[in-house]
This record gives sequence, C-alpha cells and structure tokens, in this order.
Amino acid sequence: MNNFGYHRPASVADAVKALGGSGDARIVAGGQTLLPTLRARLATPSDLVDLRAIAELKGIKAEGDGITIGAMTPHAEVAASDVVKGAIPALAYLADHIGDRQVRTLGTIGGSLANNDPAACYPSAVLALGATIRTSKREIKADDFFQGLFTTALEDGEIITAVHFPKPEKAAYEKFVQPASRFALVGVFVAKAREGVRVAVTGAGQEGVFRARELEQALSANFSPDAAKGVKVAAGNLISDLHGTAEYRAHLIPVLTARAVAAAK
Amino acid sequence: MPTVKMTVNGKPVSAEVEARTLLVHFLREHLDLTGTHVGCDTAQCGACTVHVGGKAVKSCNMLAVQADGAEVTTIEGLATGDTLHPMQEAFRDHHGLQCGFCTPGMVMSAIDLVKRKADLSEAEIRAGLEGNICRCTGYHNIVKAVQAGAAATRGR
Amino acid sequence: MADTGNPTGIGASVKRKEDFRFLTGQGTYTDDIKRPGQAYAYILRSPHAHAEIVKIDTARAKAMPGVVAIFTGADYDKGGVPCGWQIHSKDGSPMVEPPHFPLCKDRVRHVGDQVALVIGESLAQARDAAEAIAVTYKELPAIVSTADADKPGAAQVWPDAKNNTCFDWHLGDKAAVDAAFAKAHHVTKIDIVNQRLAPNAMEPRAAIGDYDRATGEYTLYTTSQNPHVIRLLMGAFVLQIPEHKLRVVAPDVGGGFGSKIFHYSEEALVTWAAAKVRRPVKWTSDRSEAFISDAQGRDHVSHAELALDKDGKFLALRVSTKANMGAYLSTFAPCVPTYLSATLLAGVYTTPAIYAEVKAVFTNTVAVDAYRGAGRPETTYLLERLVEKAARETGIDRVELRRKNFIPKDAFPYQTPVALQYDSGDYFSTLDIALKRADWAGFEARRAEAKKRGKLRGIGISTYIEACGIAPSAVVGSLGARAGLYECGSIRVHPTGSVTVFTGTHSHGQGHETTFAQLVSDTLGVPFDSVEVSHGDTNKIPFGMGTYGSRSLAVGGSALVKAMDKIIAKATRIAAHLMEASAADVEFKNGEFSVKGTDKKVPFGQVALTAYVPHNYPITELEPGLEETAFYDPLNFTYPGGCHICEVEIDPDTGVTQVAKFTAVDDIGRVINPMIVEGQVHGGVVQGIGQALLENCAYDNESGQLLTGSYMDYTMPRADDVPSIDVATHNTMCTHNPLGSKGVGEVGAIGSPPAVINAVLDALLPVGVKDITMPATPVKVWQAIQSAGSAKAAE
Repeated sequence: MNNFGYHRPASVADAVKALGGSGDARIVAGGQTLLPTLRARLATPSDLVDLRAIAELKGIKAEGDGITIGAMTPHAEVAASDVVKGAIPALAYLADHIGDRQVRTLGTIGGSLANNDPAACYPSAVLALGATIRTSKREIKADDFFQGLFTTALEDGEIITAVHFPKPEKAAYEKFVQPASRFALVGVFVAKAREGVRVAVTGAGQEGVFRARELEQALSANFSPDAAKGVKVAAGNLISDLHGTAEYRAHLIPVLTARAVAAAK
Repeated sequence: MPTVKMTVNGKPVSAEVEARTLLVHFLREHLDLTGTHVGCDTAQCGACTVHVGGKAVKSCNMLAVQADGAEVTTIEGLATGDTLHPMQEAFRDHHGLQCGFCTPGMVMSAIDLVKRKADLSEAEIRAGLEGNICRCTGYHNIVKAVQAGAAATRGR
Repeated sequence: MADTGNPTGIGASVKRKEDFRFLTGQGTYTDDIKRPGQAYAYILRSPHAHAEIVKIDTARAKAMPGVVAIFTGADYDKGGVPCGWQIHSKDGSPMVEPPHFPLCKDRVRHVGDQVALVIGESLAQARDAAEAIAVTYKELPAIVSTADADKPGAAQVWPDAKNNTCFDWHLGDKAAVDAAFAKAHHVTKIDIVNQRLAPNAMEPRAAIGDYDRATGEYTLYTTSQNPHVIRLLMGAFVLQIPEHKLRVVAPDVGGGFGSKIFHYSEEALVTWAAAKVRRPVKWTSDRSEAFISDAQGRDHVSHAELALDKDGKFLALRVSTKANMGAYLSTFAPCVPTYLSATLLAGVYTTPAIYAEVKAVFTNTVAVDAYRGAGRPETTYLLERLVEKAARETGIDRVELRRKNFIPKDAFPYQTPVALQYDSGDYFSTLDIALKRADWAGFEARRAEAKKRGKLRGIGISTYIEACGIAPSAVVGSLGARAGLYECGSIRVHPTGSVTVFTGTHSHGQGHETTFAQLVSDTLGVPFDSVEVSHGDTNKIPFGMGTYGSRSLAVGGSALVKAMDKIIAKATRIAAHLMEASAADVEFKNGEFSVKGTDKKVPFGQVALTAYVPHNYPITELEPGLEETAFYDPLNFTYPGGCHICEVEIDPDTGVTQVAKFTAVDDIGRVINPMIVEGQVHGGVVQGIGQALLENCAYDNESGQLLTGSYMDYTMPRADDVPSIDVATHNTMCTHNPLGSKGVGEVGAIGSPPAVINAVLDALLPVGVKDITMPATPVKVWQAIQSAGSAKAAE
C-alpha cells in the first residue's frame, strides 16, 4: 500500500480536527475493509485517523426504548452482549455472523455503516430497525442515511459516534452467504414493531441496502412465513454476478424473509 | 517514521516503522518471528492469525501502529521450552497439519475459539474455523485436534 | 516387506517428526529466508489479456527512492522457459511450442503476463516504483474459451499455432471402436466440462536468487516440489548455468498439489537478476498474483460415447477432448490431457475398444498444467458420469452395471486397449466395503426422511482407477517426456549407527521425514529417532526427480529399499568377517547379524562402527564406510483404485447442497503410516468436493480478465463446507516394486468429484434435472430445478 500519515486522537473533537487537517485523510475504525483496500492500492489516503483510542466511541448500553452501541464497538462485543441479546437478539445474531471470528474482533459497527458496502450485514439491521445514527454533528435517521453503493449521508469530516436501536416486538436476520467471500449474497432483516413491519435487504441491491416494500406490506397484513413466500420480488434493480443472478437473488429474498419471520423473536 | 512499542510473546519491543507496515510484516521482518505466515491479501485465509490483547486477529489486516501498546502473542510464544501448548500437542497427536503453512494461524485461532466456549460440537468447531483456510487436511483432523485440544486445555 | 508390529515401523501411525518445528513456528519456508543484503523484487504484470507492448517508460520509476534496478524484456538476454513434454499430432508433426521469455518482449498474452522486474531496497519501494512505470499497450481481442479457441474468427494467441491449436493427438483403435459402435444395442452420449481450477497451495510461491562472485556459484531458494528438475531446466535451458555452479534449495514448502512442480520464469528472473545487481533478490507472490501467475489445473471440454450390448456390457468408448493449455506451455502441460488422461479411459472396466482424440488449444489465460490428479480426475469424472448416465438410460442398476463390467480379480495383469497394463486390483471388494460402510442399502429410507423435511437427498458412487509413479523412463521417453522418471535415494550410515537418508523426492506436507524414517528404521533395525531424512537441496541430495503424481513412496521409497539392500549386502560381509563366518551363512534380522544355526551375532551398530574404524576389516575385499546410493526406475506405473460414495442433501428453495456423508475405500498397496495415508485421503477428497461444488476459475469472455482472482470470489473449501470423511483401505500389493506400495496423494481428488455430482443428480432426479456442470453452486442448482420445472410445465 502507499504510505500515509497516522494519527490516533483521543477524542472525537481531535479526530474531527485531524480529518480536517489534511487533504485526503480517512478514518480507520476496525480497518477490516479498509486494510485490504489499501493493500490492493484501491485507495491512497494521505493520512489515516485511527479512532481506536477514543473511549467515548465504545460500549453498549440500554437507553430509552432500546439500546445504544458506540461506533467503535467490535462485532464480537455486540454478539456477546447481554444487553443486546436481551433487547434485540437478532442484532446479536447478525453481529455474530459478520465475516469470521478474527474479523469480528476488530471490525466495528461504525466502520461498517460508514463504508456501506452493498453486501455488509449491519446496514440491513439499521434500516429494518429504524435506528438512528449519531454523529459528531447530528442525528441521522436510517431511512436518510444509506444513499447508494458505498455512499452515505455522512459529510466530510463527520464521524459516526453511536447507533441507537429502538427495541422491536420481534426481529430476525437471515443471511445467505456468498460462498467465497462469506459476505451476504442476500441478507434479510425483518423487524416487527408497533409502527409496522420493516424488511431490509442487503447484498442484493444495485444501490445497496433497501427496504422491500412489497414484503413489508404483506407482512404488515399477516406476519407469517407463508405471507412472505407468496410475495414476488422484481429482479430489475438487483445485482447479477458470478455467485447469483438477479433472478436468483429476487427468489431468495422472500425465501429468506419467510425464514426470518419464522425465526423472529 | 512512527515508533511502535508493544509486548510480543512477553518481551517488550520497539521499532521505527513506516505507518503502512502491517503487523504481520512487523513481526516477520523486524522481529524475525517468521512463524506467522501470509497466505492471502484479502484477510480471508487466516494464516497470519495472532493474539492481540488475548484475542485472535488477522495480523495482515492490522497495521503495526494500530497494535502500539498491545500485548501480542504469536505461535512462537505458545510452547514452554520443549513442552507444547495442549492445542499444539493435540494438532500433533491428531495429524492436524500437513505442510504446516496454515498451522500457526490455525492453532492461534483454535486456542481463541476454545477459550470463548468450552464445550464445542463438531459443527461449532467447523463454523468457528471459518476464518482459517487449510488446503491439505480437508479439516477432518483439524476438527479432531481442536476437540482434543479443547478437552486438554480444560483439563489444565 | 510386511508390517512388523514395530511401534515406529512399517504400518504404524507414528507421529510426525516434522510437526514440532511447524507447530512452534520454526519451519523455514522460502519467504522466511533472509539473505544478507537481499533486495526485493516486484513484477509488473499485464493488466490486459492480450495486447501489444507499444512502449515502456521506466525513467520516472528508476528515479524513485530505494530503486535498485528495473529490467524489461529488452534487457533480458537469456533463454525462454522450456516445456518438458513433447506431443506429436495425429499427422506426426510435433506440437507447436511457442517461446516463453520471463519478461515479455513485444506482446502480453494473459492477464498477469510479465512486463517488468523492479528491484528495490524494500518490497514497498519496488512496488511504488512499479506503479510509476508507464506502459503503453495496444489492446487486442482475446480468446479465453476452451470450446471456442479453435473456431474460425477466434483471436489468435500465437502466429505459428493455426486456429490456436497446439496439437491434435489421438490414441486407440478407431476402426475397432467404429465397428463396435455399429453393432451396439445402446449408445450413451455425454458432454462434460471439467472446469479450470486454481491449485491454491496456502504458501504463495517465492524465490530468492543469490550469486557468489567469488566462486561464480548461483543459489536459488524456491518453493518447489522438485529442486533438481528446476536446476536442470533453469540451468541448462534458460540461464545456461552448469549444474556444478547452480544450487537449488527447496526448503519447507507449504503445499504444492502440482502447482510447484513446474519451472516458473520468476525463478529464472531472480537468479539472473541477482548476478546483474550483485545482491540476493527475493520475490514473493501475493495471493492475487498467484491467481494470475501460478499454473492452473483441469480445463477440459469433452464429448464421450459409450456403446453397450443388450446385457449392459461395455463394447466400446470414444472420447473427444479439447484441453486448454493457456497462453504458454507449462512444464508438463501437454502430457496431462494425453498420457495422464486418455490412457486411463478403460477405468476399472473391461471395455475392449477405446479411441480418444485430444486437441490442445492456446488461449489468453494463465498456463494450465498438472493439479492434484492431473488428467486422471478428468478421465474419472467423464467415465463415471457416463457410466451413471448409461445405467439411467438402460434401466440397469448403477452398481450392477459397474459390477458387470469390472475387470475380474483374476484377470491381472490386465492389458487395456489404451496402452496401460494394470498389475493388481480388487474392484469388487472395494465396492462392497464402500457400499456397506456408506449403508447404501439403507439410503432410500434416508431419502424419504429428508423428503419429509422438504429436502432432496441423493447418493452417488464412483469406482475409479488411476496411474501413479509415472514410469519407466524408456517408455515415457518414447511418449515425449524430456526427462527420466526414476528416483534416487542415498543411505548414509554414520559410525555410531545413526542414519541420514537422502531422498530425491520432496515433502511439502506428505510427511516423508516420518514415513521414510519408519521404512529405514524398520528395515535396518536402527531406532526411529536415529534416522534423519534430508531432502530439497541439490547440494546435499545426489539427484532426484521430486514429488508429484503420488510417486514418492512407490518410486522414491523403492530407491531407498534398493539402497538399503546394498547397505545390508555390504554390512553382511563386514559382519561375516567379524563373526568369522561365510557371508552366505549370515542373516540379518531386527538389526542384528547372526550366523545361521549358531548363537553368534553382531548388532548393526557395531558393523557400522567397524566400517568406519576398519581395524578388524576385510580391507582387501571391501572399501571402508557404509553409504550407498540407488537409482530406481520402475517397471510400470502403479494403479491405485477404489470406490467413493457421497451422500448429499439439497435445499430446493435455495439450491444449497450439503455433503451429508462421504465414504472413501481405496486400494493403495502397502501402507507405511496409516495416519498419514488417511490425512492424504481427507485432503484429496475435500479438494474433490471443492471442484464438484465450490471452485472455478472464471474468465470474462470479452476482456479475458480473471473474474475469480482472490478468495473474495474463488471459493476455497472451508471447515464448515465439508463433513468428516469415512476413510478405509482394502489393499492389493503393487507387483513390481519392492514395497508393494501404489501411492495415495491423489486418490481423494480423483475418486470424489463424480461421486459428488452423481449424488447431486440423484437428489435432483425426482425434480427432473438430468445434467449439471461443476461446480454445482447454489445458483446453478436452483436454476437447474427451475428450468426442469418449466420444462415439465411445458410438457
């Protein structure tokens, strides 16, 4: 990889300052996606701002109607957290199925969301649960946050600090892995809340994570696996690649949704 | 160039490195700890697995500067003299290695796996080794070794 | 040779000697070696599948920090990398053999082709500089498809290879086959694709070139399965360095599976460059670089037809295959689809007439060469899919059809119509044992139970034979091999009775340091711990052909037996002298020489000491010392075989195939270490499952780009993709080597793919799917179910 300056600020304020200080600085959170990208020389930042020393970005707590997870909390901690398992077991399950054990030890929720890889797991949970992303500047609703492939509402120099998840009545995540990378070929997060049912799909959309409205409608009327199975998803905007055609992904979405509905708790 | 300081296999070390130096290259090139291997460049194969702060990570997917101040354990730090760690012993007893290249990462990963949960089923072991690729053994004897290594570690 | 009950002897599952160093991180792989003053090489590779090199501007790069030197094709003044096997076409003409220079002169022919060598003080600096090299390419149309390569209009890879054809070869009696087909009761036809695979030894290739100005000696450290072969090929053909000035060391090597047999141009480049820059030069491949520079495997497209009589007896077989060579001819590439493939078309069956045609084609892809099994997996897959299809079409039970056509146990030695003579085998027994272990009889109940859970369960079988220990030299020479295929072994008995074994084979996971020590310690009666096995260094080992084709024990082990015969013969004469007896009356057993019918005896260790301290010694008849070398050239191939049975369960909603159960019963001849043997089968079977269900090198037809260039897209089998494997052996002895051993390295990868795919098709039979290509990925299985469904609906 190309060389770069390295900064390890101890506060969010210092991190924001470090980011603003150079032309092409990038944040490194867990680094589990960024490091391979740098190694392949697909990104050549002038500076890396490492958030690992910022204590205020870490930790999981119950808050209000749900839970709040610090941006620098690794997947392994979310997966093992009694707070998460108690409030939203589907979220702990999802965290436990990202990458592999070594990756989960370093990879963080903030990094995953800021990167918004179209095959990442977390965006589906954030979107389906209607979570709120807290940043160094503001709060952003999940529906406004994801804006296409590797694109989010985050502005330059804006840092995710935490994510707040409201507790649903029940929820589940079903991940169908791309066999080589083990990313999601299709991942479906189903959440049933007072406001209705939300179904978010990752891995499949050409524009990244999206809500499957036709499935949400069907499940709002009848929250049952059969209701999900009966829905036909259009393949038009879905990804086609070596590991799955758009039609295959379109087929998998209701299949996985039905499984998630059956598993929801 | 940044200076990194860390404790590797119980010994304090420090060196000036380029910021872009991966932890695995720091271990191999600067400390001559060549037991940690590099088998891919996409953080998939796990041959580079070491423990940082007591947890298994892929040292090819972490910068040396990110490990500044950390306690690092590599495959070289497991045995006590000629006495192997029970997991190493189990790999030998059960022929859990052939060419030996993935082995250091596999053993470091297995130790971390059985530490997190004591009594693992075959399916849990197989799932738990997702981050380590072996081309020689077909995993059959690795699974047996991890089962035995888990039992021996518990017994210790 | 027989199992002796010795706990460290032949037949014992002795723990491996090599494991302590590997388990403690003390193995020495090539990239672990640091030569004093070493510089680092980075190879700038072509981003295009096919292009003219218009201009290379290195000026800016040469000025970058830490750059030691930059070389391009214009600077390279030595030879090209040779091919080690020459095939002649039907018309008698030799194959087209294009030049393969380590750095391209004017054209690149695959993504990854080598454009410039950049040497830096550090790898990062070398790579930084490589990025600053400006190469102007004129892109050309590319051809990557095996099936289309020889069609009109396809891009031409080499001017001399018309229609991209390297050779057009055949084997067998075409007239006899045509006559048999004319009177066939039934003909089964099949089209088979054996997809391209990337071998993916976990250790990426690496090479260090070193040049000693004082002595004029070159040393190459390299990730090789056969250092002497590399010395010969690189020294004699590429760099013109005589053997006595060139040392090749293959230290610990992290897996090979065939991919580290070949002489690669990077080896020549670092050796050549070391003398130019007068520093050791190290090159280590990245994984993504490995995908575009390591020789790949398989890539055959075939059509086959089997003629049967009304009772289901096979009358004749004809096969037509196109084999993709890639852009260059790798070391053994031409023999894979021909002499390692077509010669096995009889399989375990009595098919009396066989005719095979093989056309080898060039494409704009990485070179293809031997990968675990090399030719035999392709043939086995074709045959066992064909036999399965014939059973379905004729309504004869698939196990019965196989039995009906097996070569009977009393028919050995058995001459096939495609050149080979099988020496031994017992296909009925391996089949019966496998059927029992797999509970074949109870399968339908398991299928019914799975159906209740909404799953499609299937069972598949493959009965296979393969040929190992390729030899004799005279025969392979007549077939086009440009090397001998013997092996060399040396036994050095030290004065105190310990033994160093020098073998020309190379261990890169197979455990030779243990197996050969068992063989030698048991035969000479010296303690297991007193035997050390040395391999992998041309300055230590007299000579060697290396390890591939499951040859190490059958050929290399036999060489050691021959060397030990010489040791024992000499030691017997020394012992006879010490015991004042006639050598004819002295026998050697359990490490002791004794005089028949007396209580006189002298231990092996005392004889060894006497040989080196010859105070009381028959010095006029015998030289002092106790060290012997033997070269063993086998009389025939060896023929492992067996039966593999796979059981799968398919989720029709997702197309996911789970291997529920796998049973392998193999006949591999004499076993020295059962633990190691089982490990070889486990690994081979999982590579076979990988081929059947997961792995594929996919190229984009238009751009020629490799689409599966990393572990993000090339699916390596992981622990949770596969089950534990039930392994057993039922061994008949090889009749022509002193050990009776046949070889085990490749059986797993050869027998398994058709068992898996036959199981998949068996599972899919109820939903009307009749064919599927490897790898049977979830999307492919799902699509097959969908199209079978719509075909049914249309009926």
